[in-house]
Amino acid sequence: MSAITREDVARLAALARIALTEGELDVMAGQLSAIVDAVAVVSSAVDEATPATSHPIRLENVYRQDLVGASLSQAEALSSAPAAQDGQFRVPQILGDEQ
Amino acid sequence: MNQQMEFMSFDEAMQRFDPVFGIEVHVELNTATKMFCSCATSFGAPPNTLVCPVCIGLPGSMPTLNKKAVESAIRLGLALNCSIASMSRFARKNYFYPDLSKNYQISQYDEPIDYDGYVEFELDDGTEVRVDIERAHMEEDAAKLTHVGGAAGRIHGANYSLVDYNRGGVPLIEIVTKPVEGMGERTPEVARAYVAALRDIVRVLGISDARMDQGSIRADVNLSLRRRVEAGQDQGAVPFGKRTETKNVNSLRAIELAVRYECERQAALLTAGQPVVQETRHFHEDTGATTSGRSKEEAEDYRYFPEPDLLPVCPPAKWVAELRASLPELPARRRRRLQAEWGFTDLEMRDAAGVLDLIAGTVEAGASPAGARKWWTGELMRTANEQGISPEELPVTPGDVASLEQLIAQGTLTDKLARQALAGTLAGEGPPAAVVAARGLAVVGDDDALGKAVDDALAANPEVAEKIRGGKTAAIGAIVGAVMKATRGKADAAKVRALIEERLS
Amino acid sequence: MSQDLTRLTAAEMASQLAAKQISAVELTQAHLQRIDHVDDAVHAFLQVGADSALAQARQVDEARARGEALGRLAGVPIAVKDLLATRGVATTCGSRILENWVPVYDATAVRRVREAGMPILGKTNMDEFAMGSSTEHSAFGPTHNPWDLDRIPGGSGGGSAAAVAAFEAPLALGSDTGGSIRQPAAVTGTVGVKPTYGAVSRYGLVAMASSLDQIGPCSRTVLDAALLHEVIGGHDPFDSTSLDEPVAHAVDQARQGMAGDLHGVRIGIIGELRGDGFDRGVLDRYAEALGVLEDLGAEVQTVSCPSFGFTLAAYYLIMPSEASSNLARFDAMRYGLRQAPEGGPVTVETVMAATREAGFGPEVKRRVILGTYALSAGYYDAYYGSAQKVRTLVQEDLAAAWEKVDVLVSPTCPTTAFRLGERVDDPLAMYLSDTATIPANLAGIPGISVPIGLAGDGLPVGLQVLAPARADGWVYRVAGAVEAVLTDRWGGALLEQAPDLGKQQGGER
Repeated sequence: MSAITREDVARLAALARIALTEGELDVMAGQLSAIVDAVAVVSSAVDEATPATSHPIRLENVYRQDLVGASLSQAEALSSAPAAQDGQFRVPQILGDEQ
Repeated sequence: MNQQMEFMSFDEAMQRFDPVFGIEVHVELNTATKMFCSCATSFGAPPNTLVCPVCIGLPGSMPTLNKKAVESAIRLGLALNCSIASMSRFARKNYFYPDLSKNYQISQYDEPIDYDGYVEFELDDGTEVRVDIERAHMEEDAAKLTHVGGAAGRIHGANYSLVDYNRGGVPLIEIVTKPVEGMGERTPEVARAYVAALRDIVRVLGISDARMDQGSIRADVNLSLRRRVEAGQDQGAVPFGKRTETKNVNSLRAIELAVRYECERQAALLTAGQPVVQETRHFHEDTGATTSGRSKEEAEDYRYFPEPDLLPVCPPAKWVAELRASLPELPARRRRRLQAEWGFTDLEMRDAAGVLDLIAGTVEAGASPAGARKWWTGELMRTANEQGISPEELPVTPGDVASLEQLIAQGTLTDKLARQALAGTLAGEGPPAAVVAARGLAVVGDDDALGKAVDDALAANPEVAEKIRGGKTAAIGAIVGAVMKATRGKADAAKVRALIEERLS
Repeated sequence: MSQDLTRLTAAEMASQLAAKQISAVELTQAHLQRIDHVDDAVHAFLQVGADSALAQARQVDEARARGEALGRLAGVPIAVKDLLATRGVATTCGSRILENWVPVYDATAVRRVREAGMPILGKTNMDEFAMGSSTEHSAFGPTHNPWDLDRIPGGSGGGSAAAVAAFEAPLALGSDTGGSIRQPAAVTGTVGVKPTYGAVSRYGLVAMASSLDQIGPCSRTVLDAALLHEVIGGHDPFDSTSLDEPVAHAVDQARQGMAGDLHGVRIGIIGELRGDGFDRGVLDRYAEALGVLEDLGAEVQTVSCPSFGFTLAAYYLIMPSEASSNLARFDAMRYGLRQAPEGGPVTVETVMAATREAGFGPEVKRRVILGTYALSAGYYDAYYGSAQKVRTLVQEDLAAAWEKVDVLVSPTCPTTAFRLGERVDDPLAMYLSDTATIPANLAGIPGISVPIGLAGDGLPVGLQVLAPARADGWVYRVAGAVEAVLTDRWGGALLEQAPDLGKQQGGER
């Protein structure tokens, strides 16, 4: 059993920036445990030597030439912004550090 | 912030501890367009005008890879003696922050384009140092945040922030060193010199504006201390201590200061039996101190995974070979070549380190290497230092210095007159020849005129002339002085002496 | 008007338009009227753009009057899944978090549809961010299956399939990450195609799982799907994963199949996709379809793909992992909902978390948390890493299969349409709907679902045909052949047997 605890869900929700309610934490812990149990079989199907496939159709070296193309206008860029000021996106105060 | 902390002097810290450092340098490339979209990278545009669905992360948008940025990354890798990966990939680094339009940064994780290289450079005293490069990888820059309200635009205490995505998606290469050990008290100097060497390489390659003051080169400095062992024991066997990462150290001087500060601070903590906290720290340009930022105890879980919207980069060997063949001459190799060509001693090369390009330009314009070196490492370096500017910023060109040299070689100017001519050029009076003409500085080269001046001087000082005739050659000086005075210094003293001897023998 | 224009196939509409027997405006009006009559009951559309559709239709009519060269489908209306960005038209992805997002750009597929002169009728309903198999996870209420309004129309693209099945649109754009085009097609008695990964540009398709997502056509006939495929397919420099290759000859291949000869075609029955979990009624129709293929001269054999036993598990790791990253951008900073936290400080962090709590539905939250878990330090290798390795096994199984056969077949979906509400609180049961469709997404190969009759419960069953990557033409050819025989056998299209919703006048909701 790869039981996912309520605490695990709370930590994951914080990482995923979703303010789950207490009720959701309970429900999701149970559901995720069941799902993870069902999907955990993947590790039994493969071994170290099996290569991973990240793209279904293998392509490589797909480039764009360094030529300037069209940009949006400032108005277009900000057209759906929940808040804007001085041509910029206005966001709530940031606690914590610069990354 | 800063609690009352006891500090340990740097010297004492170095007696007790052995510092280990690593540096991550971000170089902003000077491509025309961004890493993953065709928006222009130019600066100073109004906010959010160099943006498109891709770089503001609109739903449904997809990245496309700038070939020029890949080329720059390969060229830099080659210049850093790296291996170029035959297959490298992009990965998503997932974390939430408003300067990241997608809340993930497209970067490279375990498959960087460049790996296992090194940089060789010299310290001020000519000591050769080699720093090993672990990797260099491509990634996209974040947007610019402006914090509004609170104290002076700082993040703490701000009421809200404004986001300009013009810089978001600008191509970066991050160069990561392996841990640098065994530098002892020279650690701060080595750290600075490494970044300077990297800057010079990037500049020669022409892949970046390479302006630290404008943020096109930014450094994060990791530093830890470990106990210094007794003589004869293996220092390398002592495990590394807990390290701090000082972010955004953005000048050469700041790198040296930040390393020094962290050495002193960590040494004091360890000596007092306190732990060094593994954390991010910030360097303050004004105080030269670092302060604690985000603690890394709860390490971010970035959940890297291969970027599914981009394909692997597998540079064909032929392309890499072409790029290698077309690399410009790199700074270290050029220095060695110039030394051989110019016949400078090690000491002379060291003195010339800061003005190498200027000397080279002067030699190219026709001056002798020795002459060019003399002017640039002497008079001009001194003037620049006095004015607090770099020699490049002086209003005198290598061509000016070369023509000054030529005027001396032709006998038009004496050394002393040449200095006056140079002073005129520095004062904005034009190139040396113009100053010579305007100030009437040329040596009195006319033998008749000079002969007459000598005759006049002897006539005016008969008793001195008599002494000389009587064998008191020391008295010649007085007549020379009189001639120089009469010609307002424009006579060649040796020639004057010869003329006097000729007349009185 | 003697004929009901909405009952024509897209191909028929196109030829009557070209012959100037009908106008694009009257064709578009007929569909808008049909939507008006039945969509209260079906709820296939989230938004209908009558004015803009008619304006586009008028332009086509004028261009045709001027004798301009037009695309084959010029004037044929289309519905667009609300997961595709449409410039100037709200694009919600079935989510509260994007309720007010009006894109400033068109998805490439949408742009190609516009350039082909196809009036866009509106945006179709879907499970939120395409996460679901029933459209019950739409934030704006479920879509109802035109065959039985109490049943699901499949998902995530239930809106597009239902719109086509209910004659509200002859064609629709869908997207298929694990079956979201094919499974709704199967349960609504329509045709749906997932092209080869990269055959249609994903630029402008709001991403769920980038390495699995693919845009494709929804229609009532194989030929109609082929016609739309050729409009939207082809290389796009804005999507790095798009194939820089000629578009499949879908139309020619469909016509060749419809001509009714499959001699020499080698067909593989996927051994792993026919037994446990498949309804009797589904298997009966499937067996008949296999008989049809043999009658047409195809060589039918059973092929084993052992890795298919792990594909559902691999899918439910890869998809949520990529989705957790793709959906991180919905954070209240640049567009979409911004929700203040109920208590405590208002900071970037609390606003993001409160917005995502309020703006995402339960299935989205479940998948985002699951994906965050599968990618997190210490679990990556066991989950995401292993799942990516399963993809390699799938590729290997398929490579071995293509040595023996030209196409693979299976039922599209293990069951017929289940009842609304039946599985909505049981995610694992819901996920089983995708058992047969998921392998194609993991491998990037093309797949089609074509109707093969009604099960004992009177609900449609679909046949899935899979072909090797880049061989999209094969699925059109084989499906076209099956469709021609069965339509003949039924004495008309299967959808003729569906209830006539027009008479319900809105129906009960």
